[in-house]
Amino acid sequence: MLEIKDLAVQYGKQAPTIEHFNLSMKKGEIISIVGESGSGKTTVIRAVLGALAGNGKVISGDILFHGTSLLGNSREEWRKLRGTKMSMIFQDCGGTLNPIRRIGSQYVEYICTHSKMSHEEAWKMASSMLEKMRLPDSENVMKSFPHQLSGGMRQRVGIAMAMTFHPELLLADEPTSALDVTTQAQIVRQMMELRESFGTGIIIVTHNLGVAAYMADQLIVMQHGKVVDQGTRDEVMGHPVSDYTKKLLQAVPEMEGQRFV
Amino acid sequence: MFKESDIVLKAEHIVKQFPAQGGRTLTACNDINLNVYKGKTLGIVGESGCGKSTFVRMVISLDKPTGGQILYHGKNLAALSKKEIWLNRQNMQMVFQDPLASFNPKMKIVDILTEPLMNFKKIKRSEKEAKAKELLEMVELPADFMYRYPHNMSGGQRQRVSIARALSLEPEVLVCDEATSALDVSVQESIIALLVRLQKEKNISILFICHDLALIQSFSHQIAVMYLGHIVEVLPGEEVAHNSQHPYTQALLGAQFSIHMDPHTPIESIESEAPSPLAVPRGCPFQNRCEHCMEKCRTHRPALKEVSPGHEVACHYVTDKL
Repeated sequence: MLEIKDLAVQYGKQAPTIEHFNLSMKKGEIISIVGESGSGKTTVIRAVLGALAGNGKVISGDILFHGTSLLGNSREEWRKLRGTKMSMIFQDCGGTLNPIRRIGSQYVEYICTHSKMSHEEAWKMASSMLEKMRLPDSENVMKSFPHQLSGGMRQRVGIAMAMTFHPELLLADEPTSALDVTTQAQIVRQMMELRESFGTGIIIVTHNLGVAAYMADQLIVMQHGKVVDQGTRDEVMGHPVSDYTKKLLQAVPEMEGQRFV
Repeated sequence: MFKESDIVLKAEHIVKQFPAQGGRTLTACNDINLNVYKGKTLGIVGESGCGKSTFVRMVISLDKPTGGQILYHGKNLAALSKKEIWLNRQNMQMVFQDPLASFNPKMKIVDILTEPLMNFKKIKRSEKEAKAKELLEMVELPADFMYRYPHNMSGGQRQRVSIARALSLEPEVLVCDEATSALDVSVQESIIALLVRLQKEKNISILFICHDLALIQSFSHQIAVMYLGHIVEVLPGEEVAHNSQHPYTQALLGAQFSIHMDPHTPIESIESEAPSPLAVPRGCPFQNRCEHCMEKCRTHRPALKEVSPGHEVACHYVTDKL
């Protein structure tokens, strides 16, 4: 479904942020990208969505979605693709919501922009999506302002919005990093359920190796903009090739692992 | 392992309430009793909003408790004068989550490191560089870092500098509020190793706040689990993995992702959200999310009871079985 060939991205006149990035993804597959901050993992998924910040540009390579290149897309083509065929979940979904408008009105506007639904239909659809995300009392959530919801609830609203049109590809940028462990477990479970019910392919970027390993079919480890390990979960976790991955796996605190005292 | 005579810091029935909108009160900490022992680490875990940061702010006299007292070698911290609080800062120092926010961006590292010492007139101006070199060596950083500015360093290096600054006065208690949460795992591991080494060398007591149970149990002698302003379980660090009793501690354990776990096992988590600290329920604070909730839990708040040496649990379901 998605194929990235030898991608390189550069910001301004700096040295390329990522180089030689390859990936091929089937429908309904989950790929985790892990790495330290500054390793270029977010840049990869921003490039896929054509949403590189400011002066970033793809300097070589190609991104193919169902066999057609995304790089030459016009604004109109991107508009048709984003939000329906592919969508994105951010680290802080609350930050992407308008703080002075109610959830319902923003959600309905989003649905109406991407489809020909009437206002009432859109409201019903929004409400049912929120229910699917197990948000208690969805009508009440629709009438709330973003600040009236907890961080976990806002994150679920963000995921519900991203999933509205059952996209084929979901890009998740640190979706659980700002959340507590119990909420993180809920969100991870719900993302897995979405794949079961809609066959959504997910690329998840995270620095939490536990979450990455739990969700992934394919695992990619990045360091300084380069892929240092790539393969199925068992390959990477069981037989890491690079020293960096070995060091990373060792550094993860474990419940009954190494004790310092 | 924990002797009464080794207690450095003792919190007794600490309550902290803040006034909130509409005449309501927000209860951040409710009846907290904890002991910090000489040369040992006390870890505090809990979700955001459970009052753990409020508690340590009171410990280092940044806030005053509404009720109860904090005793440092038998002295009540809340009763100290401003001058005495200032003098007492030599004994207790803090490391914050974001070192960049706790450094003056226009000061060089040499000035940042020696400011506490200059404040208390422990060194002369001419000795600054030698002292900064010594402190940087202690945290395994090259000496020429002292001429840098904070923005010229990585997050891990900055956190090392803030540990060096906190330890420059040779305090007896070091408080770390999520000191490693903003760092990558490999950097996190090296910071923890550094803290443990310095603790052994200088015999300091550490109070460490963290939300990552797996991390904190790897270096804590004692762990306190906090929920909605209450301490629900206190237990030795090495027992967390196999001998935790409180349903909330077990829920936290169930929600842990491990790199060695079988990806086909479903992840367990409690579905609901914690109640607001503006309306703490009567009875057990955990009642609405607990699968063992009984009639008694809704009316009577459980107190911490010892289940084995050094292991206390506040739960009717657990303690009634004994």
